Amino acid sequence: MTQTLQTILARHQFEPTRLLQILCDVQEAFSWIAPETITALASALGLPRARVEGVVGFYSFLYSDAPCRYRLLFSDNITDRMLGNQALITYLCEKLWVERGRISEDGLAYVETTSCTGLCDQGPALLVNGWAIPSLTRERLDMIAELVLAQTPVEQWPRELFAMENNIRRADILIGNLLQPGDALRAALFAAPPLGEAAESAANARSWREGLPAAEHGSMDLLEEIKRSNLRGRGGAGFTTGMKWEACRNASCEQRYVVCNADEGEPGTFKDRVLLSTQADLLFDGMTLCAYVIGGGGRGGGSTHGFLYLRGEYRHLLEPLNEVLARRRSAGLLGRDILGLAGFDFDIEIHLGAGAYVCGEESALIESLEGKRGVPRNRPPYPVTHGYLQCPTTVNNVETFCAAALVAAHGGDWYRSIGTAKSAGTKVLSISGDCARPGIYEYPFGVAVSQVLADCGAGETLAVQISGPSGVCIAAPEFGRRIAFEDLATAGAFTVFDTSRDMFEVARNFAHFFAHESCGFCTPCRVGTAILRATMDKIAAGHGTLHDLAEIERLDRVLNQSAHCGLGHTACNPTLDTLKRFRPSYQRRLKSLVFEPAFDLDGALAAARRMTGRDDAGAHLSMEAET
Amino acid sequence: MSDTFVLDGEDVPFVPGQSVLQAALSAGRYIPHLCYHPEFKPHGSCKVCTVKANSGLGSRYASSCTLPAQAGLEVESATEEMNELRRTLVQMLFAEGNHFCPSCEKSGSCALQALGADLGVMTAGFRHFYPDRPLDASHPDFLLDSNRCILCQLCMRASSEVDHKHVFVLSGRGITKHLIVNSASGRLADTDFALTDKAAEVCPVGVILKKRVGFAVPIGQRRFDQRPISAQALDDAPRPSDTSRGTA
Amino acid sequence: MSKKLRVATTSLAGCFGCHMSFLDIDERLFTLLEYIEFDRSPLTDIKQCGPCDIGLVEGGLCNAENVHVLREFRKNCKILVAVGACAVTGGLPAQRNHLTLADCLSEVYLTGPGVEHGLIPNDPELPLPLDKVHPLHEVVKVDYFLPGCPPSADTLWKFLSDLLAGRTPSFTQELIRYD
Repeated sequence: MTQTLQTILARHQFEPTRLLQILCDVQEAFSWIAPETITALASALGLPRARVEGVVGFYSFLYSDAPCRYRLLFSDNITDRMLGNQALITYLCEKLWVERGRISEDGLAYVETTSCTGLCDQGPALLVNGWAIPSLTRERLDMIAELVLAQTPVEQWPRELFAMENNIRRADILIGNLLQPGDALRAALFAAPPLGEAAESAANARSWREGLPAAEHGSMDLLEEIKRSNLRGRGGAGFTTGMKWEACRNASCEQRYVVCNADEGEPGTFKDRVLLSTQADLLFDGMTLCAYVIGGGGRGGGSTHGFLYLRGEYRHLLEPLNEVLARRRSAGLLGRDILGLAGFDFDIEIHLGAGAYVCGEESALIESLEGKRGVPRNRPPYPVTHGYLQCPTTVNNVETFCAAALVAAHGGDWYRSIGTAKSAGTKVLSISGDCARPGIYEYPFGVAVSQVLADCGAGETLAVQISGPSGVCIAAPEFGRRIAFEDLATAGAFTVFDTSRDMFEVARNFAHFFAHESCGFCTPCRVGTAILRATMDKIAAGHGTLHDLAEIERLDRVLNQSAHCGLGHTACNPTLDTLKRFRPSYQRRLKSLVFEPAFDLDGALAAARRMTGRDDAGAHLSMEAET
Repeated sequence: MSDTFVLDGEDVPFVPGQSVLQAALSAGRYIPHLCYHPEFKPHGSCKVCTVKANSGLGSRYASSCTLPAQAGLEVESATEEMNELRRTLVQMLFAEGNHFCPSCEKSGSCALQALGADLGVMTAGFRHFYPDRPLDASHPDFLLDSNRCILCQLCMRASSEVDHKHVFVLSGRGITKHLIVNSASGRLADTDFALTDKAAEVCPVGVILKKRVGFAVPIGQRRFDQRPISAQALDDAPRPSDTSRGTA
Repeated sequence: MSKKLRVATTSLAGCFGCHMSFLDIDERLFTLLEYIEFDRSPLTDIKQCGPCDIGLVEGGLCNAENVHVLREFRKNCKILVAVGACAVTGGLPAQRNHLTLADCLSEVYLTGPGVEHGLIPNDPELPLPLDKVHPLHEVVKVDYFLPGCPPSADTLWKFLSDLLAGRTPSFTQELIRYD
């Protein structure tokens, strides 16, 4: 075994639950995971070889086919397409003399697409060996091609290529908070809180802790405060955070886990990238507060450990986040006896994902954390009682933990006073597509879509995709609707399409996304998403019929009735939403016939024509039957 | 005493810990299923056993093999809605793989085929995928034909849970998900798979085939020639009096 | 007696086994002939299908001529029936679908054992093979499917007698076989 492999394994204590982390390191070190490496890893970790191979085969960013110096993956969200990524892909392929989807003969370069990389506000984007590059232009691709051809190691590429904007356009209580690292934590743990230096913060803070004995009952009080705030999960499902924490706290076990879901994979969403870049301390405060609650304030509840599951596309955030964690450890905000509170031990480690959207589903994320294929589990039992390593586990979104920290600092009543009756607080939106000012917008819940559109400078808007492909697509008559759990629930994506866009192509892009990201566990999703993709391609190729539209509705029914998780349940949504609202976009592609062959009949004879050299009339088939 | 739930209007007793499907089969009531096997922990991937479950909390669809039986639950299974869903799922499996029954030695003893016939499936309906899947004849005692794999994971579960060998594992994702074997060469011959393995006898379709015994049973006497799968599943189900949990 | 129903039958990429099974309905053929008459069929040697009530098509589609004949049937038959495994799934001929057509033709005409001075035939009289073999429903709308290799005489009889009696054809589990 090579020294490098030994070092990697040692870094992860030869721990099988860290298999995915080990594989990510191996991929980064060797540019692929060779068959003999799989064998070596399996034997070093005491795992069946096939299990390691099966994990490698699950994740998009792990390669076992061949080594390749530069893997260039273009983000292929609809927003990247709208910004012209297809032409840029062709351009780069020509520059590098490579065929798309095939490693060049010399093993130098590989150009392909990948699912949305979370840079929709500054696309088109790509990943080179996992490192994100935004705002692609031909000029920037010229530079990239030169660096590749000169075989310059990626770590020596000019920094400006990787420079990213936060594009914060509207900040509210979360993004605009003036809390210092640990402020929220101190506020919850101690009766007299040093609530940051800002007078504004202090003024906003209702002193909900007044009169309570410090720390003694702190964790219970904090839980009550979280419940009082009516905070609901920001990942999309909107489960009440206080209830989740309480269930986890009440589950009996010696070990508990706090997991932050930073596997922001929904196409069009990038707010977690910005929160992780600008609000890491608030997030870690929130996670630590969660540990404080579910672990019973470090007294008698057993030990608590934290994970941040960072999507592979945000590899560039790993070191900065680890630096924040290190700083917090030295400041006494993580580690043993946090803030001097005896027995309150908690630490956080960051796990990287490797290109699998389905890992955003919390039980799949836990499987992935355990070093397995990211397949959603059967529920019940739920993670709050049987999560990571079957221990009680609280999984929350980045934004949820940040909001929880705000609640700890300023109180539940204060938080609940913002937003609407059923949706407390604010929502951070990731706005991209056809608007003058794409970026991050934080609004109190209840804001109307029309207001958001006006703020981001959208004109001639045809449609908005709310919460990405698994959300809902709305048209102009619905722009009075509001962002809130009771109306338009969203995980944050807000993708704008103007009247120049073809909503069929939007839906087709999303159908490809779901088929690519289906984990394949259950029959309806594995086969159904592939059929949906094929049907949308058939319609795009001009072979569609009304029958195909009926088939899509049937697929939707089957997926809703029987898919194993939300990915399958929602896979047909973009198609049905656009079909309902933009039917002409489909209809003009349909043949007038009730039935059309599923493929190009004349094209099916092309191979035979080539082999025989024939081109006579009999060597062709018309698409429509002769009359 | 035991609690009961309602299946298609009739009470079904259950013991705590049983799933709806397990309790139904024990009580002599059939719910179509494919990836469930009485000897293994249910995992609910094929979705053929999906039922509509109505409780105080409303109604939802769920795999009956993993849905915990609960007192007062009202389950709809033998409805046209559920059987139409099951037909579609079986059609999807037929379209996904390369299932050419006339040349398959598992024909007549194949659960997918028997289930299709029992549900009245006349065609795959969908466009066939015709995937390019490998056939591995390297092992002296077995033929491994992935063309017919329905990804039920029974071989995988048997090999890991009973044989403790992990001969079969899944790789890939989505429609490219596929069975792999536990050897560096990727060949079955280089694994420790053996005739005595539990995994050698659980494949419901014609993927793991013992060599030299193909077509030995004449047409008319094969497993599902005489009695439909719905009747045989009840024979195989552990009954309250049966403590061996073995297959018939 | 009312007008007889016209029935056409053909075998595309099939083996005529389904036709043989049809003949296996034996003496019931006499009953059947009181209700139907044949149009284009190997039984009549009529070369062109005219307007028909029922078209029974055996075999899948492996070449351009198969497509022409299928379309002729679809155009002329009120009810089109895919008869047998090959018509329903592609069947035996579709076992070449994991190979490229180029590999198939090369193996057969150029490189296969025993081939000397091979040549891929290019006679315009010969129908060109499709790159993949397809079941009928991928090219035309099919009204009924009768799986089986072949569907048994009883299955065919049940289907036709249901149809002649104006019933929606239905089958007990024993009559549905895929092999």
